[in-house]
Amino acid sequence: MEFSIYRFNPDTDSAPYMQSFTLPDDQIEPGMMLLDALLLLKTKDDSLGFRRSCQHGVCGSDGMNVNGTNGLACIMPLANLKAPVVLRPFPGMPVIRDLIVDMDNFYRQYREAEPWLINDSPEPEVERLQTPEDRDRLDGLYECILCGCCSASCPSYWWNPDRFLGPAALLQAARFIEDSRDQATEHRLERLDDAYRLYRCHGIMNCTQVCPKGLNPSKAISDIRRTMIKRSV
Amino acid sequence: MKLTTRKFDALIIGAGGAGLRAALQLSNGDARVAVVSKVFPTRSHTVAAQGGVNAALANVLPDSWHWHMFDTIKGSDYLGDQDAIEYMCRAAPKVVYELEHFGVPFSRLDDGGIYQRAFGGQSQNFGKEQAARTCAAADRTGHAILHSLYQQNLRARTHFFDEYFAIDLIKDEAGYVLGVVAFEILSGEPIVIEAKTTLIATGGAGQIFRTNTNSLSNTGDGMAMALRAGVPLEDMEFVQFHPTGIAGRGMLITEGVRGEGGFLINSEDERFMERYAPQAKDLASRDVVSRAIAIEVREGRGCGRNKDHVLLDMRHLGADMIMKKLPGIREMSMTFLGVDPIEKPIPVFPTCHYSMGGIPTNRDGQVVVPVKDTPEDPVPGLYAAGEAACVSVHGANRLGGNSLLDILVFGRAAANHILEFLKDNRYHRPLPQGSVDQALERLSRWERKGDGEAVEPLRQELRKVMEDHCGVFRTAEVMQEGVDKLRVLRERIANAVIRDHSQTFNTARIEAMELENLMDCAMATMCSALGREESRGAHSRVDFPERDDERWLKHSLYSLLDDSMDYKPVRTQPVSVESFPPKKRVY
Ligand SMILES: Cc1cc2nc3c(=O)[nH]c(=O)nc-3n(C[C@H](O)[C@H](O)[C@H](O)COP(=O)(O)OP(=O)(O)OC[C@H]3O[C@@H](n4cnc5c(N)ncnc54)[C@H](O)[C@@H]3O)c2cc1C
Ligand code: SF4
Ligand code: SF4
Ligand code: FES
Repeated sequence: MEFSIYRFNPDTDSAPYMQSFTLPDDQIEPGMMLLDALLLLKTKDDSLGFRRSCQHGVCGSDGMNVNGTNGLACIMPLANLKAPVVLRPFPGMPVIRDLIVDMDNFYRQYREAEPWLINDSPEPEVERLQTPEDRDRLDGLYECILCGCCSASCPSYWWNPDRFLGPAALLQAARFIEDSRDQATEHRLERLDDAYRLYRCHGIMNCTQVCPKGLNPSKAISDIRRTMIKRSV
Repeated sequence: MKLTTRKFDALIIGAGGAGLRAALQLSNGDARVAVVSKVFPTRSHTVAAQGGVNAALANVLPDSWHWHMFDTIKGSDYLGDQDAIEYMCRAAPKVVYELEHFGVPFSRLDDGGIYQRAFGGQSQNFGKEQAARTCAAADRTGHAILHSLYQQNLRARTHFFDEYFAIDLIKDEAGYVLGVVAFEILSGEPIVIEAKTTLIATGGAGQIFRTNTNSLSNTGDGMAMALRAGVPLEDMEFVQFHPTGIAGRGMLITEGVRGEGGFLINSEDERFMERYAPQAKDLASRDVVSRAIAIEVREGRGCGRNKDHVLLDMRHLGADMIMKKLPGIREMSMTFLGVDPIEKPIPVFPTCHYSMGGIPTNRDGQVVVPVKDTPEDPVPGLYAAGEAACVSVHGANRLGGNSLLDILVFGRAAANHILEFLKDNRYHRPLPQGSVDQALERLSRWERKGDGEAVEPLRQELRKVMEDHCGVFRTAEVMQEGVDKLRVLRERIANAVIRDHSQTFNTARIEAMELENLMDCAMATMCSALGREESRGAHSRVDFPERDDERWLKHSLYSLLDDSMDYKPVRTQPVSVESFPPKKRVY
């Protein structure tokens, strides 16, 4: 199977280039994932750079652009990929080396969303109660693994990385706005009510299409807008 | 070259559940705390934990911390330290309520309380009916906990060194640990992080086995750092093989599946656990279930073309229940096997999962070593918590749901003790340059060029040796051969080279340094296993099939120096209640 992989090492390369790799067919086993293939290619060239850890789609380390679409290498079956498989780092994020990108801005936006539960009433000795229905409203929001696939596929994020929060951070904002235990809804909505932070989203839906966890940031964003409008009338 | 130096009150190596729980306690306690992690915090292995965390909340069935304590001691095959176990089980409800207050999105019961499910080895009334003690956020409990803890640390403004690789501890002549030498993965630049206290929370070493449920980053770095600093490792022979890893691949299928009513079947469609554990059946302790599966396969009742696994059946639970309570399992099964567990059972086999052993600590998280006549003398300034540590609450076999509890309870306890230590130790001690240079040498060693074996094939060989010579069933002969093979591998690793010598995000160098750590942990495991001539918990000796309390009710201590073994007594005295004396273990 043929691969074409984006290579760039700032220590030695003046410009990025695409490099061809071949994985012999006898090394390919049924059920193999793209990450397994990358790990094999790395045994031949130990300078090939990519992040990875859990190997089953929960840690969010190995997001990359595969044949034009962002995804996690560890849960992409090789059998579903068209060869030559073209691998690039996330678009719209600065490249550190090969498939490794600098995610500082992505994490900064995450922090901007103030992704922590705020509840300043006295702490009970036991758990705060939450009905199963209220808890259900967090499904589809809390499972985000911060892989960055969504934000790195969002055109609004590419153009305004400094001011638009991007789908991942906005999904976090929604997760806390929806949480019946959180008392800072007003404050959260006020912070988002800005021409850029929230309103740069044009509903292009790339984010929802690529999310490897099947989450729907686009819907979360429109839900926040709806809540905002409801509050203002 | 000028070496960057940073100074903090408290340093934490590792940003999994143990590290982040400790960090939060310290940040809220107004200590200047730094957390170093080789992966971005939310990518730590804790994120993969599925089933839940144990606490006797009694939200679903009657429960008490004392029953939890009994189950944990019995599960440990009486090797657990009863003072630490009492402390953990008593603290459990408080620690879980705190998590809830931090924002963890636990699943809920109709009355709004935290959802609890049944897990293996849990009972009411000291061994009677099944209990339901495992607090769960669907089957993503680890994710829910790790993200919430990270979020609260952001709120508390903890200082993070993300993607920094810790090389070795700094230790002075008087035996104080004064921080760590690390390097920034991005730039390759070394850095000295000085601290009045250092907490090792680097997680387990599951990668020493070929098939395992662990993240690639679980390479036992902290355990190996401790060894190199002269601290022995405790009870390393006790490696948990989880009964239900996806056959041939290793991904974990949580015990929660059996807790919700799923069961195991062999090629004859028989629920074989009824024969091995008439009362608890599929929810017997993990060591018991893993051995049962291995025996079924060995005796020819395995499933599939090669008769090399058994099946985990949950079809009778129904689609609703599976989608609500086990959505992550379904997703994983469909991705990796193309099998929807609503329609077909999942092929499973015992898989290396968890390190019961680790860095010896007391219940305040202080690292303790034998000095002359005291078996447990604290190393000043050094703490350990989480899977890297051995308190020991798991003894010879850990119960499901007790590890998340362990990392939280003892991460927190260590932080509380650190705050006390800081009151009496207000100033940084002078930096011992020799110790720093030694650590730097371990980094520069990989700049060596020329001929030499590559890292990855050596790693594969190491993991194969462990699987072949130190698996579910063990004998002296096979393990002795294993030790010999490991000794040869150790020499070969010392001469290995990498081809990539660049500075920016050099992953080849990280993998090489991880291999050295794996090597030390593997040797500790094999030597400890060879030493223990009895069968207890996860350690099954074909040549010594019985538990032998007379000779072996004691903890193993492996030291790097000459690969030597030493032993120390089990703490059989709890803090406030009566001791549970060893009994025959039946489920
Ligand atoms: C698939 C799976 C499911 C599980 N499910 C459950 C469950 O349901 N219930 C339960 O109780 N337990 C469960 N466990 C066990 C439990 O998840 C782990 O034991 C626990 O999370 C370990 O936490 P930790 O904080 O000790 O370490 P980890 O979460 O492993 O964190 C280790 C940290 O150390 C850092 N680190 C390591 N080496 C270095 C270095 N050299 N330099 C810098 N940083 C370093 C890493 O970056 C990471 O941040 C499960 C385990 C697995 C494998
Ligand atoms: S829907 Fe909004 S956030 Fe999602 S990709 Fe489009 S513009 Fe970006
Ligand atoms: S929303 Fe989905 S794609 Fe975006 S960071 Fe979270 S898990 Fe990744
Ligand atoms: S390696 Fe963890 S998500 Fe792929």
